[in-house]
Formats: sequence, C-alpha cells, structure tokens
Amino acid sequence: MGFFIEVLLGGLMAGVLYSLVALGFVLIFKASGVFNFAQGAMVLFAALTFVRLMEIFNLPMLLALALTVVVMIVLAMVIERIVLRPLVNQPGIALFMATLGISYFLDGFGQAVWGSDVYTLDVGIPKEPLTILGNLFEGGVLIQSEDLVATVVAGLLVAGLALFFQKTRIGRALRAVADDHQAAQSVGIPLNYIWVIVWTVAGLVALVAGIMWGSKLGVQFSLTFVALKALPVLILGGFESILGAIVGGLIIGAGEKLAEIYLGPLVGGGIENWFAYVVALLFLLIRPEGLFGEKHIDRV
Amino acid sequence: METRGDTFPRLVLEHAQVRGAHTAIREKNLGIWQSWTWAQVADEVRWLACGLASQGFKRGMNLAIVGDNRPRLYWAFAATQSLGGVPVPLYQDAITSEMEYVLNDAEIVFAIVEDQEQVDKLLEIMLRAPRLKRIFHDDTRGMRHYTQAELMSYDRLRELGQQYDREHPGFYAQCVAQTKPEDVSVILYTSGTTGKPKGVCHTHASLIAASRGDVSFDGFTENEEVLSYLPMAWVGDHLFSYAQAMVAGFTVNCPESSETVMIDLREIGPTYYFGPPRVFENLLTQVMIRMDDAAAIKRSMFHYFMGVARRCGTQLMEGKSVPLKDRLLYMLGNMLVYGPLKNVLGMSRIRVAYTGGAAIGPDLYGFYRSLGINLKQLYGQTETAAYVCKQASGQTKLDVVGRPLPGVEVKIAENGEVLVKAPSMLKEYYKRPDATAESITPDGYFMTGDAGFFDADGDLKIIDRAKDVGRLTDGTLFAPQFIENKLKFFSHIKEAVCFGDKTDRACAFINIDMQSVGNWAEKKNISYGGYVDLSSKPEVYALIQECVEKVNADLAADEQLCGSQIKRFLILHKELDADDDELTRTRKVRRGFVAEKYAPLVDALYSDKTSQYIKTQVKFEDGRTGDVEATVRIQNAATHAARRTAA
Amino acid sequence: MSAPARRIGDVILKLENISLSFGGVKALSDISLDVREHEIRAIIGPNGAGKSSMLNVINGVYHPSAGSVTFKGNTRKQMRPHEAASQGIARTFQNIALFKGMSVLDNLMTGRTLKMKAGFLSQCLYFGPALREELEHRRKVEEIIDFLQIESIRKTPVGRLPYGLQKRVELGRALAAEPEMLLLDEPMAGMNVEEKQDMCRFILDVNDEFGTTIVLIEHDMGVVMDLSDRVVVLDYGRKIGDGTPDEIRTNQAVIDAYLGVKH
Repeated sequence: MGFFIEVLLGGLMAGVLYSLVALGFVLIFKASGVFNFAQGAMVLFAALTFVRLMEIFNLPMLLALALTVVVMIVLAMVIERIVLRPLVNQPGIALFMATLGISYFLDGFGQAVWGSDVYTLDVGIPKEPLTILGNLFEGGVLIQSEDLVATVVAGLLVAGLALFFQKTRIGRALRAVADDHQAAQSVGIPLNYIWVIVWTVAGLVALVAGIMWGSKLGVQFSLTFVALKALPVLILGGFESILGAIVGGLIIGAGEKLAEIYLGPLVGGGIENWFAYVVALLFLLIRPEGLFGEKHIDRV
Repeated sequence: METRGDTFPRLVLEHAQVRGAHTAIREKNLGIWQSWTWAQVADEVRWLACGLASQGFKRGMNLAIVGDNRPRLYWAFAATQSLGGVPVPLYQDAITSEMEYVLNDAEIVFAIVEDQEQVDKLLEIMLRAPRLKRIFHDDTRGMRHYTQAELMSYDRLRELGQQYDREHPGFYAQCVAQTKPEDVSVILYTSGTTGKPKGVCHTHASLIAASRGDVSFDGFTENEEVLSYLPMAWVGDHLFSYAQAMVAGFTVNCPESSETVMIDLREIGPTYYFGPPRVFENLLTQVMIRMDDAAAIKRSMFHYFMGVARRCGTQLMEGKSVPLKDRLLYMLGNMLVYGPLKNVLGMSRIRVAYTGGAAIGPDLYGFYRSLGINLKQLYGQTETAAYVCKQASGQTKLDVVGRPLPGVEVKIAENGEVLVKAPSMLKEYYKRPDATAESITPDGYFMTGDAGFFDADGDLKIIDRAKDVGRLTDGTLFAPQFIENKLKFFSHIKEAVCFGDKTDRACAFINIDMQSVGNWAEKKNISYGGYVDLSSKPEVYALIQECVEKVNADLAADEQLCGSQIKRFLILHKELDADDDELTRTRKVRRGFVAEKYAPLVDALYSDKTSQYIKTQVKFEDGRTGDVEATVRIQNAATHAARRTAA
Repeated sequence: MSAPARRIGDVILKLENISLSFGGVKALSDISLDVREHEIRAIIGPNGAGKSSMLNVINGVYHPSAGSVTFKGNTRKQMRPHEAASQGIARTFQNIALFKGMSVLDNLMTGRTLKMKAGFLSQCLYFGPALREELEHRRKVEEIIDFLQIESIRKTPVGRLPYGLQKRVELGRALAAEPEMLLLDEPMAGMNVEEKQDMCRFILDVNDEFGTTIVLIEHDMGVVMDLSDRVVVLDYGRKIGDGTPDEIRTNQAVIDAYLGVKH
C-alpha cells in the first residue's frame, strides 16, 4: 500500500509538470482559438534564455529572470506584429501553420543564439527526497522535494491565473475576446493589445514550466518533446478548460506511472512512453470534447 | 424586549428611541442592499407625514398605496396613520376597472405609488374617480415629461416635508398624540371569490393585538430577518412585513424586483418566512425542474435522500426517536442534499415558516418539513387579521391548522361553519353596514364561510369552503380542493379545477405548467408552437394522465374519498388568469365562474365525447381582447378499487 | 400625455457620396445622408439593399471605396471599429454578438472598456484606483441593469437567455459605453409582439432619457414609422427616399420598391 501511494504521488507530481505546459496551450486557444504548436518551443526558448543569461553574462538569478520575462514580452509583441496581425480573420488552420513556423524558428533561433548543449539549471530547488507518512506505512512514502516545489508553484500559478481571468478587467476583456472577436472590437477592446497579453502570459507560463522541467532534466532540446505530452493532456481535459489542463495532467501523470509499474511487467515495460496517447485515443472515442471541455450546443 | 406602543406611529417612535441603530428595513437597489435604521425610519416617516400635511392631507382622509414592496411605501402606511388618515393598499397588478372600483369605494383623495406604470393607471382612472386629487410617485423614471399638476415626486414631497417640519416643530408629535388605538389603521380590500371587493377596516388595536399574539407565540425577536415579497394589499403581507415588524422591531427586506425574489431570498437568508402554499409550490417546482435536468448521479442521489428525509426528517426535527441507521443517513443527506438545497431555496436560517390562506397539499407540506424546515400552518382571514389558529412547533399535523391562539374563541356552527371571536377581528366593512351585519353574529362571532371541525386532539380541521364541499350522486364525499391540491403537487400541473358535486363522477380541468412541461418536451424532442399547441400534444396528455392516475391511487387509499377518483379529464387550451377573472388576485380558482365560462367543456366531460371545440375570449396585458379557439381532447383515466386499510 | 421635449440638434453625422464594393459587386453607390443630434434615424429597404453595409461604414468595419464620413466635425476616410467606439459610437448586431459564456453583468462591464482609465498594473492587482474605478463602473452598469429591468438575470450566462432578452442585454452593453450615437441593426428581428413593444419603449426611453442619437435598421415598417424622426430608404445600394415617415409613406419610388414594381 505504501508503495502504491508512493507511485501515485510521484505520478501526480510529474503530472503537474504536464499540466503547466498544457496550461500555455489552453490560454492561447481560449483567447484566440489558435492551437499554438509553438508552446513547446517557447518552453525551451524561455528556459534557454534564462539559463544562458546567468551563465554567459554571469547575472544574478533574479535579474536573469526579470530579463527573461522582458524577452518573453518582446517575443509576444513581435509574434503579434509580424505573424498574427497580418493573419487576422484568416481560417484557424492558417494560424496553426503559422505557429508551426514560429516553433521551428524559435528552436533554431534559440539554439543559434544560446547554444545547443545540455545546460544544468539550478535555481535552488531542494533535491533531497523526503519521507512522509512514516508512521502509517513501514518505511514511509518517498517523494521528491523538487516535485513538491513544482506542485506548489503550479498551484500558485493556477490560482493567480484564475484570479486574473475572473477578477480583473483585463481578464474580463480576455474572456470577451475568446468569446466573440467581432463583438469585442465593437465595444472598443483592441484585439492586438489583447493578443500581446495572451502570448505574454503563455510565455510566462512557458518560462515557469521551462524552469521546472529544466532543473529536473537539464535544459536541452528534448524539452520540446516533453511538451508534446501536453497533447494527450489537452485531449483528456478539453482545449478550453484551465481546470481540464490541470486534472488532465494529473491523470496522465499518475496513470502512466501506475501503468508502468503494474502493467509494465506484463507487456515487457516501456508503457510510460505511449500510455498517455492510448488514453487520449480512447477519450477521443468516448468524449471528444474532453472532461471539462464545453459541449457546443447550437440553439435554434 | 416587549414593546409598549399602542398605535403604529408610536411604535415607530419607540423603536427609534430604544433600538435606534438597529436595522429596520433594507432594499436592494442597483445591486446593493441599502439599509435604514429605526432612527432613520422615524425621520423618514415624520418627513413624509409633514409633506403630506403640507399638501393638505388631513385626519379622516384615505390614502391609496400602490406598488411593489418598497420601503417608502411601507413608510407611507405609518405616515398616513400618524396624521390620523387611513392607508388603503391596492393590488399593484390589478386591472384599471378593479382599481377604479376600490379608489371610488374608499373615497381616495391622495395616492402614493411606485412608478410610471401605476401613475399612468391612476391618471387614467382619475377621469372617473373625481375625488382623487394628488398622486405621489417614488420612481421618477420615464416621467420627465409628465407635467400634470396632480403629480409630484416622492423626493419633492420629502423635501417639502422637511421644510414643513422645520417650520412647524411639534406638529408631528401632536398628530401622533392625537391618534388613538381604536382608530381605523388600515382598510384591506378582500379580493372575494364572489361579488365586488369589500374594504375590511382594522384598527391599530386589532392589528397590534394580533401581532403581539403572534410574536409571543413563536418568540420572535428584533433579530428576525424577513423578506417582504407578498402583495402589500394582502393581509398576510400587512401583518408579516408591517404589523409584526412594528411590534417586534425586526428587519424587513424588500426585494430588488418581483423577478429577483428567489435570488434575494438566497442572499438574505430569512429566519422567519410566510407564504401561501402557492409560493412553496413554485419553489418546489423549480427544484424539481432542476433535478430533472441534473445529471443521473445527482438525480438519483436526490431521490434517494429525499426518501430518507420522508421517512425520518420530520421526526428528527421534532426530537422524536429515530433508528440510528436513519439518523446517520439523514446526517449524510444533510451534507449532500438537504443543506445545499435549503441554501438554494434561501431557507438555511429559517426558524419558523408559516403557510396559510389555502389548504396545502400533503406532499408539499411533507417535503419542506422533512428537510428540517419548521413549516407550520396557520388559519385566519383578512377579517381576523389572519389570527385564529396556529400550529405550535412540535405539534404539527398535516391536515389540521392547529389550535385557537390566545384570546381567540372558535366554535362550529350547526351547518359546520367555523365561527370566530377574537381581539384581532375587523371593526367593520367600510361603508357596508349590511355586509358587516351579515357576517358577524349578534353574539359577536365572525362567520368565516369555511367548513371544519375539531379533531380528537383539539386541532381545528378545515375541509373546504363551506359552499364548495359537495357529494356525488351516490353520496360519496366530494372535496374539490383536496383533489386539486393533490394534482397540483405534480410539477407539470399548474392549476386544476375539479367538478363532481351532484353528478355521477369526478372530472377535472388541468392547466399544464408551461415551464415544467416545456422543459420536459424539449428534452423529449417534442417540438411545439406555444401553450395551446403544447397542451394538445398526445405525449403531454399521456404525461398528465400518469399524474391523474397516481392521484386516483392516492384517493383509493381513503375510504371516504375513494369514490371521487377522477374518471375523465382534459387539458385546458389556455392558462387560467386573474386578468380574465378566472382566478382571484390571490390566485384562487373562481370555480363557479370557470364552470360557466367553459360550460361546453364541462358538458363534454360528462358525455362520452373525445373532443370538444371551444372559443374563449382573452385579455392581453395591454388591455386589448382577443379570441383563443381550440379543439380540446378529453381523456379517460384509470381508477382503482378501494384499498382496504389494514385495520 | 407626455409632451415630447426632445430637441433635435445639428447634424452630428454626415455621409457624403459613399460607395462601397466587394470584388466588383457594388453594395452601396453614391449615398449621402445626415443624422442630426438626438434624432432617431431609420434606414430601411428590402433585403440586400445595403442597410447593414451602411452601418458597417459608419462603424468603421467597412472602408468605403469613395466618399467621406464626418462625425462630430471630423472627416475621415478610414477608421477601425474600436476607434469608432472611442469616439462615441456603439452598436448592436443583427445576429446578436454577445459574449455567450459570460454573465450579463460581465457583458455590460466590457461595454465600459473605453471608459476605464486605471493603469495596467493596478488593474492586474486589483487595488487602489482600479478598485475604486471598478466600483464606479459597476454602479453605472447597475443603473443600466435597472433601466432595462434585467436585475433577475444579472449573474446568468448570456448564452442561456432567450433571444429577446439577449437583444436587450446587447442594447445594455452598447449603452454601457454611454455612447453619443447608437447603431441598432434590426433590434427587433425575430421578436414576438410583446418583446417588440418592450424594445420600442426602451429605444424611445434611451433617446429621451440619455439624449442618445439613434440610427436603426428595421424590417418592421410599422415599428419604423412609429419610432423614427426621419427615414432613409435604400434599394439595391442606392438611396431612393429620405424624409419624415409621412413623406416616405407617400414617396412613389419607395412604394414601387416595396411593391416590387418594375421601373
């Protein structure tokens, strides 16, 4: 039992990291209806910028962080100016293709500027494993403290975003734009400005995800593939739901760890790599709008 | 916290002195609850009274009050009373002809009304009610171009009042001193199931006596919160939101608008609640509709725990012994279902809830009590200030209205009619000595017109209106309201009218509930084009038939009423409406009128026709009239053999 | 009963020789019209006459290929919708364009966008001036809720409301901007008689209470004639009549167009 809980907790906390990436997708999808393929590239780019600013220029961590934030804001503005604005009122697929382009550009540009090695990122997150529930189970339950930190950070981020969306007028404007572009314009909400904000927020979420993943796996090109795990998470949770991204991430995270341990031996292991996609496929068959997605009913 | 004041104006002054900072009244305006303390209320009342005096209102004049429940309109009662005048509240949704009758009958000179809608009505009536001289309106919206000399805004009147008050110090105190407890304090017009409305004159003394009795009976304190949402012209509201509040000093909350009552109820969470059965019925209908829409898990959870509540909820509330398993289940249910449900209903904080004014259906009654809401019945009418009988907490029974309240004598006449003598009795009918003499016996008892008797425990049991109780030709007892209430418990049925007296079988008219049946149809993918169309759908007939047959099964269980099961029914093609005189303003069915108006349908029920054509006139909201025609289907319902109860 | 005291003022909006074409198809050709302050101006015409295009030109959604638009003395050739909004032009749409997933209150609050001033940071953090400002906007919005009598649906998501109420909410959102000019695109389309009456009353009240200039497109001739001070009639992108309702009723070209008589 102790072991089961240990696996479950480990999985859940790994899931939090998937959720973080998925969150970036959801934000942009909600506000602009664009599936942003470049979210994974943004995670890598943000993490690379952060880590290399510290290494190359020997900057203190906080300053590097602040500079990275500025870089992400500038990035959002550039993307809006040269990619999104010319494509206003084009079909979604055109915008999707454009994000594909952004993705390749960011991967190449980031590595050209910052280098393509594996960089270790240490932002002072404790790494010692912790033992909890020692009095309940023999030997207790082992958890990674960095996972715990990631969970807390993700929790704060989500709470912050929820407040931002529900309580501020910018948040209200974002929801309005997500709902109906034309109407939003007619009440005087400037679309361009909103897109910059959305991409900035998505960029900041990418930065947080990048720091968490980077300090766990090292900052390297393969981070963009980790971001692909966000896809099954999104299918599970629904493309438009922040809550869905969280829950979806947790389910995928816990599911694949448990499957690896308990089903793995039966099929020879390696389940962790494809389990998430199978779950997503099943979900597409049963509930295509996702767990928390909006069922679109068109009233006559 | 006994109050001593013997007139309403004196009570206002007393509260201002004793609990000046306590909140007297609230109103939701622009999305925010605004409140006034007793001290502020006393000022407002004084200014209004002075304002009225400055405009020539004098002792002995009558003042009409028309509108939704608004603080300023409640203050108008006290202000008028301070000056020795008599306030006369009118039903705000009354059509002009009804309003005209009351305005003329009560010889109204001044009127304080809520808004443009009422002003327009009164301006029109003014041409035929020459005594009406002045109209004051609270809400000025849409009235910037009204230039009539008779009109003045409440704000202006208040300003003039403040000025008059400064110029005549002591005027107000002197007026209040001159007002005597035996003065008439209000004239309440009874809607009357037959004939023209009559003005029931109550004195300060009679209403304060009734309120003191009520307050001590249930131990009300100044800390009660009530929501005033009932028509101000109804005795129920006048007692509950005005007289009792004045005596106990508790807080009255005025809803934002008549459409937001449910929301406001939830926000306020009253501790004391009063409503006719219809209100409780509407609340329940809404709950049922939501449940029908809810996910399967939620729905089955609801039904399971409501079953638990039916089994033991009432016993638990009354502190009777209940098996441990049920006790635990009820606790769980409280967490999962009853608690959230009470919260949605705005009844989480309710200590005491009363219903009265009409018989309440057993299932309806049981529903609230099983949730742990202390819903009790009371009995009374306008003429007795609704102060005759009340159920005491812990001594409730479904089919009785409780025992006579302190100071009340009740006796049953030979014909079964309930007679009442009480301090809360009316002084007289306004300008109708004939009617006064007719309804009060020489030895001082008021004749209620209700049939009833005392059961073995000494509780009064009201069967029906004395004149409505009848018998089928085979001698079976036929109590139409009893059956109608059973029908109306189903959320799909809004109104029912049963026929059967002096005939060989019981039959019924049904009005479907548009909201509930409409929802049901939408889910079943039944398309329909409005009320008439929906009412005639075979699927809807099948749905209603199911309800009727369940009622029949219920009736079969009662030996006396078994014979009055419904053999045939039809679904009316139009909603019964007070504007078409089919319902009273308090939404009671005018049985005789309906039978006459729809005579061809009644005849068809007693033939073996399966359908009948009918054309009816209807009145639209703007006063125009039009015809609705339809061919109404008639359906037979299965009846059950008498079920012998295990003796 | 009520003496109309509305004073119709000077020309506030002037369209001169407007032409508009979509890929060779002429939607509007050489149309000139003016709108005076505080008046209710209707644009009518058969389907495809170019009525909505006309509103879209005023509102900056379409940019005319020729001609000029003068609003409050400023002549301009091109303008974006949110610029039009910031100059005091608010509008509603033929196919309601509300934020369906948001509450009525939030929808109305978005209507206040242009009136909001607090800086970005304090908006994000929701304190100080931003909070005070938010409360002021909320108050204004509550007044509109009261005005339109939609208190009971304040917190209801707009998507769940019946059509007639959605139209009313959309009017509310436009009003929240406290516009000088209100463009209403078929405000009564798809409504029943009672809803139409309500909407008429609200339009008249808005015009009367707030002095808002109103330009509206409407199919229902009866409604137009009752509501409007002046009417413009379009047919196939051309102006065929302009004047008071009485003048329009007797205008032969208009009668022909409506009865389908060949010229």
